[in-house]
Amino acid sequence: MKALSIQGLTKTYRNGVQALRGIDLDVEEGDFFALLGPNGAGKTTTIGILSSLVTKSAGRVEVFAHDLDRDLELAKSCIGLVPQEINFNMFEKVFTIVVNQAGFYGLPLDIARAQAERYLRQLQLWEKRDAIARSLSGGMKRRLMIARALVHEPRLLILDEPTAGVDIEIRRSMWDFLREINQRGTTIILTSHYLEEVENLCRNVAIIDRGRIIEHDRVSRIIRKLNQETFVLNFRDEVPALPELPGMVARLIDAHTAEVEVSKEQSLNSIFAALSASGIEVVSMRNKVNRLEELFIRLVEAGGREGMPK
Amino acid sequence: MSEFTHPGAGARVRWVGFQTIVRREYGRIVRIWGQTIVPPAITATLYFVIFGSLIGRRVGEMDGVSYLQFIAPGLIMMAVITNSFGNVVSSFFGAKFGKHLEELLVSPLPNWLIVLGYVAGGLMRGLLVGLLVTVVALLFTHLPIRHPGVIVVSVILTSMVFSLGGLLNAIFARNFDHISWFPTFVLTPLTYLGGVFYSMSLLPAWAEGLSHVNPILYMVNAFRYGFLGISDVSVTSALLVTVVAAVFMYALVVGLLNRGTGIRD
Ligand SMILES: Nc1ncnc2c1ncn2[C@@H]1O[C@H](COP(=O)(O)OP(=O)(O)OP(=O)(O)O)[C@@H](O)[C@H]1O
Ligand SMILES: [Mg+2]
Repeated sequence: MKALSIQGLTKTYRNGVQALRGIDLDVEEGDFFALLGPNGAGKTTTIGILSSLVTKSAGRVEVFAHDLDRDLELAKSCIGLVPQEINFNMFEKVFTIVVNQAGFYGLPLDIARAQAERYLRQLQLWEKRDAIARSLSGGMKRRLMIARALVHEPRLLILDEPTAGVDIEIRRSMWDFLREINQRGTTIILTSHYLEEVENLCRNVAIIDRGRIIEHDRVSRIIRKLNQETFVLNFRDEVPALPELPGMVARLIDAHTAEVEVSKEQSLNSIFAALSASGIEVVSMRNKVNRLEELFIRLVEAGGREGMPK
Repeated sequence: MSEFTHPGAGARVRWVGFQTIVRREYGRIVRIWGQTIVPPAITATLYFVIFGSLIGRRVGEMDGVSYLQFIAPGLIMMAVITNSFGNVVSSFFGAKFGKHLEELLVSPLPNWLIVLGYVAGGLMRGLLVGLLVTVVALLFTHLPIRHPGVIVVSVILTSMVFSLGGLLNAIFARNFDHISWFPTFVLTPLTYLGGVFYSMSLLPAWAEGLSHVNPILYMVNAFRYGFLGISDVSVTSALLVTVVAAVFMYALVVGLLNRGTGIRD
């Protein structure tokens, strides 16, 4: 079953900004899925539409086969949302915030209280249950939002940059916790700027940039692609066939040109050795632009300088 | 592993959700009682002392009852109106401004129910303060109860109308100035001109005619009729005006929220 299915999703804000330009995305039940992209790519907009905080301009969204336009209440009941920005009442008590959210999802008070306790304990906030939310530290506030999102046992947990501004120790314990939740059967979608986070947690990833999905693959394959460089070689004479190049993928583009994919750790000497041995002379060589890598350079910059303009 | 699965959607979820909104609103009223309960009681006391006891003695009778008795129902109603309005406008706008309205927007509760929840909050505060002002009034004068049914129906309907008015204001408000605009420029003038302090019979014909477009006039008079048995307008039409206003406001507010006005980008 698909936990999420998005087709042709577009969003133009009232101020004319085209935040989404046609998104298609499927997430399978049980997946741990990342939506990765630089600042302003459209991650929060996408999540806003899924969780009914933003109205879409066009397109279709289904959450566990419940169409947002036809079965809105059922679709919403399947989702738990951890938003990018803090959105609880700063003047309420931690326990009250979580219990009330359970109530908004229809959990009777006794069950709501039990569930709130359960998740506040799991997120190490039980000691803080009577504290006013404003008095929590930044990391605690994020964990409070996770507890609140889980209190009704959603089948799909959506987290918008859950670890932004959280120190490395808490980040790791959050990762462990999310992995555990996922293993218990909850589908998770998170957004991130950090490739490391995605690599650590997620199975599948969609890379979004300027309102479009530009890659959608298994995380392992994306990492492999990132670690690969492609060189274009030009030969002096016509080459009928390439010799075997150890551990590399090479193909002839035409009689004078070949492309060779090399992982970043591999030495280039072996290419030339093999070619020379076959009497092939290389006259020039250039590095083919790696679209993905370019994007990640921007991502890393964005991750390093939170909130800076693009 | 969890011992229960999430309840999905449906009547049971809505009922629990509604109770939760009401509980939260109640909690808010009680938590900030210094802002929600005390000021209206003080204002009412001042009104009774100044208009009722000091000036009222010189005014003498109005429509055949003492001036203090005449203004008491109006002052109670005024407190109900401002507090119903004030509760919803600040609670809903506060939730919008502090972003915790999102807690409701992501939940499976439909907008028509969320509106009912906030209206229930306005009713709670409006009636609570109304009761308090009644107690204050009884310290100054005796209040007969001629038609208890009319009292109850008119106070509940009026409180609902102005709770919805507060919600309407909060929907369009984008900053804290906007939530004082309507009370200052519309609500207060209409209340003061709505026959709280004087009988329509004192006005020149044109002003009396003009007063009849003011819905608060009908609400105050129906309420006063419930206590004193006197009214400047027909009580049936007064209650009818209030019902129509309540239904119209409810439909308007739910319609706006369903379109996302003021709450979704
Ligand atoms: N409420 C809004 N009104 C107008 N434009 C908006 C609004 N919210 C977002 N945008 C614009 O839409 C685009 C996408 O923004 P979005 O918040 O979805 O990006 P994001 O991928 O979440 O970025 P970040 O990593 O910085 O959180 C941006 O150009 C942004 O300026
Ligand atoms: Mg974002």
